[in-house]
Amino acid sequence: MAGGIQLSRLAAVGGYSALSAAAGVASSKPSAAATEGASKQTNLCTAVNDALHIALDANPRALVFGEDVSFGGVFRCTVGLKERFGAARCFNTPLSEQGIVGFGIGAAALGCTAIAEIQFADYIYPAYDQIVNEASKYRYRSGGAFNCGGLTVRAPYGAVGHGGHYHSQSPEAVFTHVPGIKVVMPSGPYEAKGLLLAAIRDPNPVVFFEAKMQYRTVVEDVPKGDFELPLGVARVAREGSDITLVGWGQQVGVLERAAAEVSEADSISCEVIDLRTLIPWDRAAVEASVSKTGRVLVSHEAPVTSGFGAEVVAAMSARCFLRLEAPPARVCGYDTPFPLVFEPLYLPTQQRVVDAIRATCNF
Amino acid sequence: MDFPGGCVPFTTELKFVGGHFSTDVPPMSCYRTLDSVGDALQEADTPWGLDEEQAVRIYRAMVGLQTMDGVFYDSQRQGRFSFYITSAGEEATAVGSAAALAPADVVFAQYREQGVLLYRGFSFLDFAHQCFGNAQEPGKGRQMPIHYGSAELNFHTISSPLATQLPHAVGAAYALKLEARQAVVAVYFGEGAASEGDFHAAANFAATLGAPVLFICRNNGWAISTPATEQYRGDGIAGRGPSYGIPSVRVDGGDARAVYNATAAARDIALRHGGPVLIEAMSYRSGHHSTSDDSSRYRTATEMAVWRARDPAARFRRLLDAAGWWDDGREQALRQATRREVVAALGKAQRVPKASLDAMFADVYAEVPWHLAEQQAEVAEHLRRHPGAWPDIPLQ
Ligand SMILES: Cc1ncc(C[n+]2csc(CCOP(=O)(O)OP(=O)(O)O)c2C)c(N)n1
Repeated sequence: MAGGIQLSRLAAVGGYSALSAAAGVASSKPSAAATEGASKQTNLCTAVNDALHIALDANPRALVFGEDVSFGGVFRCTVGLKERFGAARCFNTPLSEQGIVGFGIGAAALGCTAIAEIQFADYIYPAYDQIVNEASKYRYRSGGAFNCGGLTVRAPYGAVGHGGHYHSQSPEAVFTHVPGIKVVMPSGPYEAKGLLLAAIRDPNPVVFFEAKMQYRTVVEDVPKGDFELPLGVARVAREGSDITLVGWGQQVGVLERAAAEVSEADSISCEVIDLRTLIPWDRAAVEASVSKTGRVLVSHEAPVTSGFGAEVVAAMSARCFLRLEAPPARVCGYDTPFPLVFEPLYLPTQQRVVDAIRATCNF
Repeated sequence: MDFPGGCVPFTTELKFVGGHFSTDVPPMSCYRTLDSVGDALQEADTPWGLDEEQAVRIYRAMVGLQTMDGVFYDSQRQGRFSFYITSAGEEATAVGSAAALAPADVVFAQYREQGVLLYRGFSFLDFAHQCFGNAQEPGKGRQMPIHYGSAELNFHTISSPLATQLPHAVGAAYALKLEARQAVVAVYFGEGAASEGDFHAAANFAATLGAPVLFICRNNGWAISTPATEQYRGDGIAGRGPSYGIPSVRVDGGDARAVYNATAAARDIALRHGGPVLIEAMSYRSGHHSTSDDSSRYRTATEMAVWRARDPAARFRRLLDAAGWWDDGREQALRQATRREVVAALGKAQRVPKASLDAMFADVYAEVPWHLAEQQAEVAEHLRRHPGAWPDIPLQ
């Protein structure tokens, strides 16, 4: 398997292996120079687009479909695919999310690699039944006789500053409550490309949320070729010793900026962990870090109640009980629908994170 | 043959119908009363007529709608607010149908039907308040621009997820019928939205439960970049109606008089028979999907030019001119006055402050539960500690 080879090559140079993460020492991203092969400055949209090209190129049974994908998608992530691979492999569907995911399940069950796009994560709910009752249980209910592991559902998520109720949501937590699917949220272009290729090739259905705000705004060095980042393995985005900050998706950037601010202003040393995959999550990596720092803060844009932060905090409270120096903290969205004009107050901003770091470290 | 679902005749012939087996079945015709430039077709059915007062009111609303769309669109482009959607090309569908409804009829819309709301009496200032998300708009600035709603005008608040309003409309129509109110529900949606499962549920519920609801489909040829040809293979949306047991009609959506007559007739059927009617209004989305879209990426300039030439307001004006109900002087005066009014409304709404912090936590529930009260206090404390961080939001 090409993916496996790629993986071990990267692991050798960058320390992205399950092994290092299990030991709690998954290192930060390898520098571009250290990565074999050429890389280029890439935004998240292009990183996703590159991954889709590679996936379709490497596998003639891979399909990309959804609303408006054939002209390139409303966010331009599928540009060029129809021209390169033909209208039978990259196509518009009628406007129905339950149709899109249900169709993807069937195609995957017959051996296709089905890469479905849901135009906004906010519109994934018509497909909720297909994901929760169908995709997630296809293997279990047939005793492994059938599976739809070839299905990947991509959806742009998150705050953008003007999205209001229905162009801003972070629905990851509801999917983490569903045994049988994996949930992945990359924190930037490099991560997005490696994780998306892994998700597409993973033998399980995966829901993959991309931060749409980052499509154009975040640019970093990304290898041009085929590479995967393993699912279920967290990344230490910044090493530190006083407190562990846990996040995923675009919130990792907020945590990194907050960490830099308190390092400068208060000499507080934060370890930032990018969870990358929420189910199955890398509990060992977080536990190793919290055992070291004695403090933990989790942050996500989704409403605080029953957010995935609750799972992380519950696990750390149980496993690091005697090593905790302060109550675990959560800095999250509030329990309201996403409120347009109040967005700056709703979001777990850098300022709110900084305040919570200080409160936790001075407990 | 009798079976629990009904009675069907037997045949010894093995014959398929539908799809390529039925190429001899012509598509449902499109009802119109004006030709493509606006000359009246003398033989056309106009059972509900259209008198001078009503016709002028419809025309004024279409001009108001075009003016508002133009000025609001430009304001959005200048960055004064974040988003806008125009209804260019579909003015006659919104306004012509609205004119056939009674004020007590309840409207559920998709998002491109501001003409219905305008006709019902929502002012330019009301529209502007909503687009600026200020304290004067009923939604308290919490939804994106164009998500209008008005309890007084029986217009339920717009929700972005497509087609969800269709089953709501059926339930609402059922409620109206239960209370024996002489009113119907009008629900608007695009041909794209009609691909959602909620469309099917709504049509089937309305037919089986006998709900007096008018399904008004705006078939404007495009769902963002997806042409209608990729949305369905049968005879459009109207073609589906009969198989649900719903009386259906296809109408020229750019002909305000045809839309008015079709809607008035449909309303009458819905009330008299206590059930749904489906109208498919054929038109064209002459503008971009929204201010976030550039439609030159996926459709030709020629196609757009051809359709723009069939401006529904200009077509309708020809009818008014021919009847001697309108002239150039009135036209100029109306366009100028309307423009001034729209510009003034935007200026005024822009100066109205945002709602206070209470509005962030209000209306989540009928009451404010303890955890939201606690969260509101936390935000207030945050604002006290970091004054000036969000100058837009008053604390109280
Ligand atoms: C459930 C859902 N899926 C996707 C979208 C994104 N979206 C917004 S408008 C639109 C196209 C709708 O087309 P149509 O119903 O034909 O109406 P039109 O815009 O042409 O008036 C899409 C896909 C959405 N708002 N809701």
